[in-house]
Amino acid sequence: MKKIEAIIKPFKLEEVKDALSELGIEGMTVTEVKGFGRQKGHTEIYRGSEYTVDFLPKIKLEVVLADSLMDSAVKAIINSAKTGKIGDGKIFILDVDEAIRIRTEETGEKAV
Amino acid sequence: MKAATLGFILCAVIALGAPVRGFAQAAAAAPTPTVEQRLSAVEAYIANSDPRAGVPVNTIGVPGPGHNGFIMVAAALILFMTLPGLALSYAGLVRRKNVLSVLAQTFGIAGVATILWWAVGYSLVFAPGKPWIGGLQYAWLNHVGPAPNTDYSFWVSHNIFCMFELMFSIITPAIIIGATAERMRYAAVIWFTALWLFLVYYPVAHMMWGVDGAMNGLNNPNAIIKSIDFAGGTVVHMTSGWSSLILCIVLGHRAGYPKERMPPNSIVLCMVGTCILWVGWYGFNCGSAMGADGIASNAFLTTTLSAAVGSAAWAFAEWIYSKKSSVLGFCSGAIGGLVIMSPNCGYVGATSAVILGLIGGIVPYFVVVKLKPILGYDDALDAFGVHAVSGTIGVLAAGFMAKTEINPRLALHLGGIVGHTLWLSQIEAILVVTLISIAGSFIAAFIVRIFVGLRPNREQESIGLDLVEHGEEGYIL
Repeated sequence: MKKIEAIIKPFKLEEVKDALSELGIEGMTVTEVKGFGRQKGHTEIYRGSEYTVDFLPKIKLEVVLADSLMDSAVKAIINSAKTGKIGDGKIFILDVDEAIRIRTEETGEKAV
Repeated sequence: MKAATLGFILCAVIALGAPVRGFAQAAAAAPTPTVEQRLSAVEAYIANSDPRAGVPVNTIGVPGPGHNGFIMVAAALILFMTLPGLALSYAGLVRRKNVLSVLAQTFGIAGVATILWWAVGYSLVFAPGKPWIGGLQYAWLNHVGPAPNTDYSFWVSHNIFCMFELMFSIITPAIIIGATAERMRYAAVIWFTALWLFLVYYPVAHMMWGVDGAMNGLNNPNAIIKSIDFAGGTVVHMTSGWSSLILCIVLGHRAGYPKERMPPNSIVLCMVGTCILWVGWYGFNCGSAMGADGIASNAFLTTTLSAAVGSAAWAFAEWIYSKKSSVLGFCSGAIGGLVIMSPNCGYVGATSAVILGLIGGIVPYFVVVKLKPILGYDDALDAFGVHAVSGTIGVLAAGFMAKTEINPRLALHLGGIVGHTLWLSQIEAILVVTLISIAGSFIAAFIVRIFVGLRPNREQESIGLDLVEHGEEGYIL
């Protein structure tokens, strides 16, 4: 099993979610996050006091899935989240040791 | 649709016509009233008694209904400027951990100023006494009743005049907390206000507006400095503005200023508060005519023009320098335009109002945005940058722009100098008021520092005054 952590632009969330649903992925976790990479922040000015806002709002999307779905899921995220401009985000892939559904106590790929 | 509109108009015409017809018939039927009857009806109107009684009514020492009612409304509008206008405009500009502290300070100041006004404040300002301070005839508001005090108004009740003037004494110290926001203890604010009213406000207000005041050129033929101030350029904006500068220097800057980010918590609140201030300012400026007369109407017009032009001017300056006009810019410019108009509104015409609005919007912009960072003082919400700068320029401008055609009362004692050397008197008044404000606030701050302590400690300051001083949070989200 793998876990995909994708940092994406907030307005792309719906498209990414739809693309993943089409693959049959049934669950995901989404968090509103702030951060920065190569995309620069913006400045706010209040009566001449300039404040640089480095941390931009992004969405972190976490999905755990079977190894077989991994490649297609990554492609789906890339296709739906890409605008071609700086700030599109990143995808991280991690190994997952185990998954357990609390209600039924199922384990492994059946649980995700 | 057309038929419906036509029908509606027809109904309206009939409805409007009916009472007019009825009135015409009644008038034709009634006998022509004698001059005595008409006179006693007018007397009855003034004294709020039965016009059909036909008996003479004493109107001497009785307030006039229209003027009295107008000043009551004006006084309420000025209170509305402070609570919640000024309080909200300041509350929006501090960080969220201090939003309640400025609201509490404004409330507290209103209380202290009111109690002191009742005790001796009103008397020290408006009772006849020495040229620099009033007597104690009206202490505890003795002899302050519904009959007009003819020193100040022939038609407004003395007690309403007293309450109208109280509102000025509330908003003036409240302006100062803009400079000291986020880092002055609540107790220190209250004690400073109490001392400051005695050291600065009461003397300056008496000198400018007291019947025998040393600088009351308008009404006191024996004034030492023959200066004019219609609605408080010196008494309100210069005293509070210059004291703001002194107090924020004595206090020192906020912990972390200017390196730490200190963006306003809500420009929305600031905009709401500013617009309440603008509306309330009509009471402040027009009410200062002490009646709903032609001078008050002129003040209404000039106040509107100056505020609108000031607001646009600040935003335009921002657009020139940073390519964006901000809501905070519109708010700041409106206040600049209103402040500069306060000493002028009852003395100058429309064109002067537009010129003053421009100056009141642009000059404070440069002081706040360009000069303040160079000088390095932490006037947190720009009480000095807006009120002292615009106020001082406004007082000087009155020396050049006041016209007896606009305000015939100027001709009473100042006929010789209006349009000639009035500006010299204005400069003298500026120097006196600035000196008193600086010296008075130094002394008040010094005393409070010794006996109460001015600032919270660093940890309390970083937690925020809302929790530390008031045990509440502004936003539970």
